[in-house]
Amino acid sequence: MTRPNTYRSGPDERGHFGIYGGRFVAETLMPLILEVEKAYREARADPAFEGAIREQLKQYVGRPNPLYYAERLTEKLGGAKIYFKREELNHTGAHKINNCIGQILLARRMGKKRIIAETGAGQHGVATATVCALFDMPCVIYMGETDIARQQPNVFRMKLLGAEVVPVTSGARTLKDAMNEALRDWVTNVADTYYLIGTAAGPHPYPAMVRDFQSVIGDEVRVQMQELEGRLPDSLVACVGGGSNAIGLFHPFLDDPSVQMVAVEAAGHGIDKGPLAHAASITGGRPGVLHGNRTYLLQDEDGQILEGHSISAGLDYPGVGPEHSWLHDIGRVEYVSATDQETLDAFQLCARTEGIIPALESAHALAEIVKRAPKLPKDHLMVLCLSGRGDKDIFSVAQHLGVKL
Amino acid sequence: MSAPKDKAFDNGRIAKRFAALKAEGRAGLVTFITAGDPDLETCRAVLHGLPAAGADLIELGLPFSDPMADGPAIQAASLRALHAGTTARRTLDLVRGFRETDADTPVILMGYYNPIHAYGVDRFLADAIEAGVDGLIVVDLPPEEDEELCIPALKAGVNFIRLATPTTDDKRLPAVLQNTSGFVYYVSIAGITGAASADNAAVGAAVERLKRHTDLPVAVGFGIKTPEQAADVARVADAAVVGSAIVTRLAGGLDADGKARPGLAEDVLGFVRELAGGVRGARV
Repeated sequence: MTRPNTYRSGPDERGHFGIYGGRFVAETLMPLILEVEKAYREARADPAFEGAIREQLKQYVGRPNPLYYAERLTEKLGGAKIYFKREELNHTGAHKINNCIGQILLARRMGKKRIIAETGAGQHGVATATVCALFDMPCVIYMGETDIARQQPNVFRMKLLGAEVVPVTSGARTLKDAMNEALRDWVTNVADTYYLIGTAAGPHPYPAMVRDFQSVIGDEVRVQMQELEGRLPDSLVACVGGGSNAIGLFHPFLDDPSVQMVAVEAAGHGIDKGPLAHAASITGGRPGVLHGNRTYLLQDEDGQILEGHSISAGLDYPGVGPEHSWLHDIGRVEYVSATDQETLDAFQLCARTEGIIPALESAHALAEIVKRAPKLPKDHLMVLCLSGRGDKDIFSVAQHLGVKL
Repeated sequence: MSAPKDKAFDNGRIAKRFAALKAEGRAGLVTFITAGDPDLETCRAVLHGLPAAGADLIELGLPFSDPMADGPAIQAASLRALHAGTTARRTLDLVRGFRETDADTPVILMGYYNPIHAYGVDRFLADAIEAGVDGLIVVDLPPEEDEELCIPALKAGVNFIRLATPTTDDKRLPAVLQNTSGFVYYVSIAGITGAASADNAAVGAAVERLKRHTDLPVAVGFGIKTPEQAADVARVADAAVVGSAIVTRLAGGLDADGKARPGLAEDVLGFVRELAGGVRGARV
């Protein structure tokens, strides 16, 4: 494959990143998808829209969050100099809010009256319910029955914020089924409803739009690293489920050839343990079409979608954003994976050495740093996207460690 | 991109069937069942009995794990079919078996793109033609993605039947109709299968609007549950499509373990006979 002049120009006008992406939706939704695309294009060209986002991110979300030198972890691993991008310090405790602020402002601009969203672990659901409370819009969150049972605190948070949480009982009752159900709602309520997708996947323009809203992560890192070290970072590491925090960190650096990028998928019990044992769409799946886009998917030989497994409910989606699929194929980003056990070890290490309890999602990226940093020189600047805080995960971690709370 | 205009399939089973219906002065009944629901054997019995029960065209659902445009009835049917081991290959086997007993009734496969994508588009089209498939309805392939399957299907001689919906406005309609062949499937409500029913006046107006843009027959579906509703549609459209109601009737014939009770196929076919009675009596 030939190297493009820039890695940052995608997608094309039809929403393609190489062969990935696209608009694979039912005809009923297609006019609406085109309307979202047009509205987003116009909003991007409007400085007032950009200004409104900037203002909310500053005053409400608390940006910029720090680029923090993890000195003790650096010493412990004895290699690369490790920085954490502290997305977990955002209001609602994760990067998800960056995207929700952008999309709710777009929904208002479009005159939509009702917001729907899907959620797996509940982080995107909480962030969506939060912005809906802030902007006084009715909010319906679709969540698989299985996930509702696993994530009770987040369900209650969403309800406190005024959202209606609808249990999804179809299919395997997890994130992919919640997304199916949200699409069914949307197709039924096309006139007044906006679907606020939580990750950099789905039909065009969602992958590009979510990426743009999350690129504030990488944009800040660039400025902050310049201030702290006077140069660019050498490597960036982030976890990937759908991949919105990773693409937000990576995208502003894609055309800086000296910056290496590593994305970490969830290997669950191990990728070699069979297709149902992990949630690594790129390292353990193959291309297909689901939820509006062509991308790497967990699927059987007959094209039926498989249920992924991960200790982290935020990563067990059977697909991945289409831009990641493209970045993998052209080799610009390296895609690796971390098992549940490696993740649990990194989770505890981070808590004890840095006094930060990371989300299990982010702990996958930490697990890669533990493997990689010791082999690198001390002047290698490595940035980890600490995408979320781990308060939501303490119950499941306790369970895995055999501790009864 | 435009499809080849010398469509070899103008003389295919779908065109012939609609021409025959026109000659008879009545609308057609299009019935939907999911391939392999509740198991391959029972499905085969229903499928083979459909023409005699009054189905003029047959839609056979290609089961998919994530049918995001379908309501609960067809979702459940897809899962039953998958649990029974139905694959794209076995779906084509069902069609092949059907063709040994019926050379004339059009069979249209309806489903989602990924199972076809996984099979390989060219191989799937070749095997579908060989099995006796006449057309495809692929819910998640709008005209914007015509190069994926629509154009290859038309080139191979398989009809690609497009869905038009209440959200498809006059500006968009020509794009939707451009590469459509066989017939146009009008989805009468903005929603999922098996949900609310549209009112007659709205359906009539919608069919008239479509007829201004195309010479193709117009079939209307979504929300048709009774012989009376089928008759209402048959008065204004070229065909009425019934899916969820038939699939629901089939589900009613399952025991607690999801196995077919004796007499299930006969019961489903009896319901199809009632629907056909509604459609055939509509314009008398």
